[in-house]
Amino acid sequence: MQALTTRVKEVDRKPMNFWERIYLPAVVKGMAITFSHMFKKRPTVRYPEQKRPFSPVFRGLHVLNRDEEGRERCTACGLCAVACPAEAITMEAAERKDGEEGLYREEKYAARYEINMLRCIFCGLCEEACPKDAIYLTETFTPANFARKNFIYGKPDLLIPNPKTEEAAFAEAKGLNN
Amino acid sequence: MTLLALNLDWAYLLGKLILIAIIISVSLVIAMYETYLERKVAAWLQDRIGPNRAGPFGIFQPLADGAKLFFKEEIIPNSSNKFLFILGPCLAMMTAMMTCAVIPWSSSLDFGHGPIPLQIADINIGILYIFGVVSLGVYGIMIGGWASNNKFSLLAAMRGASQVISYELAMGIAIISLIFVTGSLSLKDIVGQQIGHTWNIVYQPLGFLIFFICALAECNRAPFDLPEAESELNMGYHQEYSSMKLGFYLFSEYINMFISSVIMATLFFGGYDIPFVNTATMNPNLAAVLGLIALMAKVVVFIFVFMWIRWSLPRFRYDQLMNLGWKGLLPLALVNMVVTGGVVLWLHK
Ligand code: SF4
Ligand code: SF4
Repeated sequence: MQALTTRVKEVDRKPMNFWERIYLPAVVKGMAITFSHMFKKRPTVRYPEQKRPFSPVFRGLHVLNRDEEGRERCTACGLCAVACPAEAITMEAAERKDGEEGLYREEKYAARYEINMLRCIFCGLCEEACPKDAIYLTETFTPANFARKNFIYGKPDLLIPNPKTEEAAFAEAKGLNN
Repeated sequence: MTLLALNLDWAYLLGKLILIAIIISVSLVIAMYETYLERKVAAWLQDRIGPNRAGPFGIFQPLADGAKLFFKEEIIPNSSNKFLFILGPCLAMMTAMMTCAVIPWSSSLDFGHGPIPLQIADINIGILYIFGVVSLGVYGIMIGGWASNNKFSLLAAMRGASQVISYELAMGIAIISLIFVTGSLSLKDIVGQQIGHTWNIVYQPLGFLIFFICALAECNRAPFDLPEAESELNMGYHQEYSSMKLGFYLFSEYINMFISSVIMATLFFGGYDIPFVNTATMNPNLAAVLGLIALMAKVVVFIFVFMWIRWSLPRFRYDQLMNLGWKGLLPLALVNMVVTGGVVLWLHK
């Protein structure tokens, strides 16, 4: 029969010869191969002590950003929630009162803003959707926890520290220190 | 007083009891650390690191595993035969421990009251005893698999039984040719003959190879681990077992491995003989300790080879297993026996 491609390999169907039937040469060969692996370099990263740097495009845990004056940028427009394919984001909007100009940049802000980290697939679409540059995915990942409810991150977990009042914490959250 | 009147040698009895206690606890500890070594060797051969969290280099890992097994829920399936279900792992463990009785661990200690032999019982049919007890070991598997009332377990138990029976034959015949050479069934004599002379491996290389392969099969170690083939029989005969009963089965496998390594070292590699060192002129206590270390070193090498094989070779198919046993090893062992017998006769004429 004519071969359909040039890459055909004939399978050898000869009965096994004596050496193949007693398995031993093949066994020795296999064992030599595994033994040589005893001396190979181990690719293991010993995680808690050793950390591998993430790539700069790594999409990890979210932060809600503040502007230079320390005001929350989010205006509770809900575009991130709409964009989210996993429906992980919920929020409640509220109107900014007089005297709160130093806290919120826009007249409307998110009184409650929650991301369910168990639903989130870290696609980053919320970051893309946001017109106010308010939400970002950082290079850390969600730490383990014992209860499901603790994976619903609210505003206290998500908001970045205020660059005006908590400079050190802000710098750390931004990763400026290291 | 009446007991004393029995005129027993109480010191002798006490010494033996202490020796039994020591040997059993040492075998248990060794079996424990075999599990650690197994995981380490597996890791090394696969470019991994292995357990390294519990204590330095993970040396407390076996303790953690043991504690875990103890805290696991004890499950006895409703449809199982309760008595046999519990008897299975006990038998497996007991037969595994019983073999240590005839092994000469080292030459005798001497604290000035006459020699204290480091062997529980020097019976003149040591090899036969071991052989008998090892064959009993299959009952642990059989009973466990049968009592579980589970198809997979039963299949595995059947496989285990047929495998052990097939390989015992070749093993027995390999031992017969060894006995032709040594002329004695007592393990102590066999070691004694090898001390200062050539090891039996030189006279019986083929016999050793056959014995080694059969020992792998008897211990249900890969590539002969058909009774517990995870990928085809779930977990084989101990599928229904949990908690420490499972622990017993797993443990007995490791003890078996340890004991068969000791037996191979004793029969073919001079037991507690230290090559190129004459221990006869040394202080007997020092010689005994060194001998024990030498034996253990040989055993560790064997255990490593067992593990090395396990993590290198795939499992045999059932028909391949039977072919190898009946059409490969058995004829080979028979030829070996006839040739050895002939040569021994010819040399002694
Ligand atoms: S990263 Fe993706 S899944 Fe997660 S909250 Fe944003 S849009 Fe939703
Ligand atoms: S994070 Fe951005 S997109 Fe989401 S509600 Fe706030 S402003 Fe809108």
